[in-house]
Amino acid sequence: MAEIQIKNVAKTFGAYQALHDINLTIADQEFMVLLGASGCGKSTLLRIIAGLETATSGEVWIGGRRIDHLSPKDRGIAMVFQNYAVFPHLTVFENIGFGLRMQKLPNDEVTRRVERTASLMHIDQLLKRYSGELSGGQRQRVAVARALAMEPDVILMDEPLSNLDALLRMEMRAELKGVLAESKTTAIYVTHDQVEAMSMADRISVMHQGRIVQAASPIEVYRNPSAEFVASFIGNPPMNFLRAKPAGAGKWTVAGQLFDGPTADKPELQFAIRPEDMQPAAEGLKATAKVVEPLGAHLLVTCEIDGSLFRAVLDSDMTVRPGEVLTLAPQSNRVRWFDPETTLAVA
Amino acid sequence: MSQASMAASVPDPQPDPDATPATNTRSAGRFLYVSGVVLLCAWVIVPIYFLMINTLSSPETVNSFPKPFFPEFDLGSLTFFAGFAGMLSALKNSVLVAGMTMVMSIVIGAPAGYALSRFEFRGKGTFRLLILLTRAFPLPLLALPLAVMFIRTGLDDTALGLALVHTTLAIPFSVLITFSLFSGIPIELEEAAWTLGCTRLTAFQKVVLPLILPGITASAIFAFVISWNEVFAAAVLTIENRTLTAFLLQNLDTSPLHLKFAGGFILVVPALIFIFAVRKYLFAMWGIANR
Ligand SMILES: Nc1ncnc2c1ncn2[C@@H]1O[C@H](COP(=O)(O)OP(=O)(O)O)[C@@H](O)[C@H]1O
Ligand SMILES: [Mg+2]
Repeated sequence: MAEIQIKNVAKTFGAYQALHDINLTIADQEFMVLLGASGCGKSTLLRIIAGLETATSGEVWIGGRRIDHLSPKDRGIAMVFQNYAVFPHLTVFENIGFGLRMQKLPNDEVTRRVERTASLMHIDQLLKRYSGELSGGQRQRVAVARALAMEPDVILMDEPLSNLDALLRMEMRAELKGVLAESKTTAIYVTHDQVEAMSMADRISVMHQGRIVQAASPIEVYRNPSAEFVASFIGNPPMNFLRAKPAGAGKWTVAGQLFDGPTADKPELQFAIRPEDMQPAAEGLKATAKVVEPLGAHLLVTCEIDGSLFRAVLDSDMTVRPGEVLTLAPQSNRVRWFDPETTLAVA
Repeated sequence: MSQASMAASVPDPQPDPDATPATNTRSAGRFLYVSGVVLLCAWVIVPIYFLMINTLSSPETVNSFPKPFFPEFDLGSLTFFAGFAGMLSALKNSVLVAGMTMVMSIVIGAPAGYALSRFEFRGKGTFRLLILLTRAFPLPLLALPLAVMFIRTGLDDTALGLALVHTTLAIPFSVLITFSLFSGIPIELEEAAWTLGCTRLTAFQKVVLPLILPGITASAIFAFVISWNEVFAAAVLTIENRTLTAFLLQNLDTSPLHLKFAGGFILVVPALIFIFAVRKYLFAMWGIANR
């Protein structure tokens, strides 16, 4: 059992506050992804859990045990680094067995576990090689195998795939997900790649400027972003925003059109809709097409509505010419509302 | 110099019949470059060559005129050198002092290099500068107060006392060399070891040490050479227990020519071999990329 609890963790580097009051609970065997732009504090949070960085305040608990005062080796964690950190003076075998030797396990047990994890990661042919004789992808496999061989309670990964090329990254993504599900360890995976996050995570924690903005399942984060930042960060192209003015109880005017919305008492709201949730219709928003990009599977149209830029993903059978005025209707159950003052979602 | 012009004026295998002005300027530049290299090499190699010839010739040949241009591989001068009263004990002192300097400068210098590369602390930049500034004080300036202090503490005329002074001279280099060695080892390797069950100390033993051992050896050898070559402090601070350099200096005007040559040769050779062996790390210290 290895539930992770992060309680009120904050971190400052000199005058710079890298993390603000982080609270997060990660269930046993859950695959949690920390997603955010570079510099938002993902690595710092991961390194605090690993014990490679000390939190300025707050507590970290793993499996019901407070561990933030322990050194990394006593926390029951294993870590995979972005640049692999495979020891260059040891063979692949000794790399994978490094942690087991530190635990003073008997030789045959070390051999058994090294061989098992090596075959799991498909590197059983490479056991006698040195890291200088391996490709980036193979080194990454060694790094993961080395962590798995420890049979840790928690495995921490900091952008483990970001140094691989796109094709290999896609392959490793699926493989890692399978191997980790099999191993039944709790995993925290740091990435700035939303596709990686969406495809691997049980739950995603979206981070922004040292705070967790939303922690929810991938589909929830995508469909019901809790804040404007999440809405515009996740999804490619991102969510569209239009200004909405109140027009009576639960009614809002957006670009001259009347929509049902929340009954909030606000002078203004943001109307938000994903590009793929727009359909051509007889009645709807008037959009002037600016740029038309046929992408094969669909047609990406960048247009202007009410003076703001707006993207729609349409069926690729349609023909749209720049300058043409389209009438687009949003799928009503997909419309979301945000308060421009707090940038938070309004129900 | 005549060698230089000869080397450069050798015609190209396939001379270009219509050489443009551009290729002319280039070949002129090349001529300057080659003659510069030859001149610098000659500057260093010619004296060493004469040193070698005269060491490997019999005392009679060395003292006669004209001088030979090729060694006759006679061990007479070297045998005389070995038999000269006090010479072998001076040689022993040199090795002893250099050995102690080597150990002390690594034991003190390597931790400082590690700290400089791994920890952030106030005044780090100033500290690095200060290390180099220790070389800014001319040794003669320090020698008198040092001699007085050594006499008071009983360190004068001992191998340890001299080794302490030589360690002071060698430490800036051992700190800078080990600093660049440690900086070349990604901190993630150590962090990975920590997460795999190591303490700071065992991670250092099992990961960092094996990786920097060749470089540490090089730095140690460099400290050895610094002490081996040092003459001023050795001459001032020792009387009975002279090192080889101090001993040769003391006997400079009274000893015969072949003894001077043999002594010089014995001094130069280890230094040359060692420096050649560790050149890669000396380049690393100055931040010059090595091929
Ligand atoms: N050791 C450090 N000293 C000072 N600032 C740091 C240090 N480590 C990280 N930071 C700062 O903290 C912020 C978060 O860094 P990090 O957690 O590495 O971001 P991410 O992994 O999300 O890209 C960045 O602005 C970074 O500059
Ligand atoms: Mg990072």
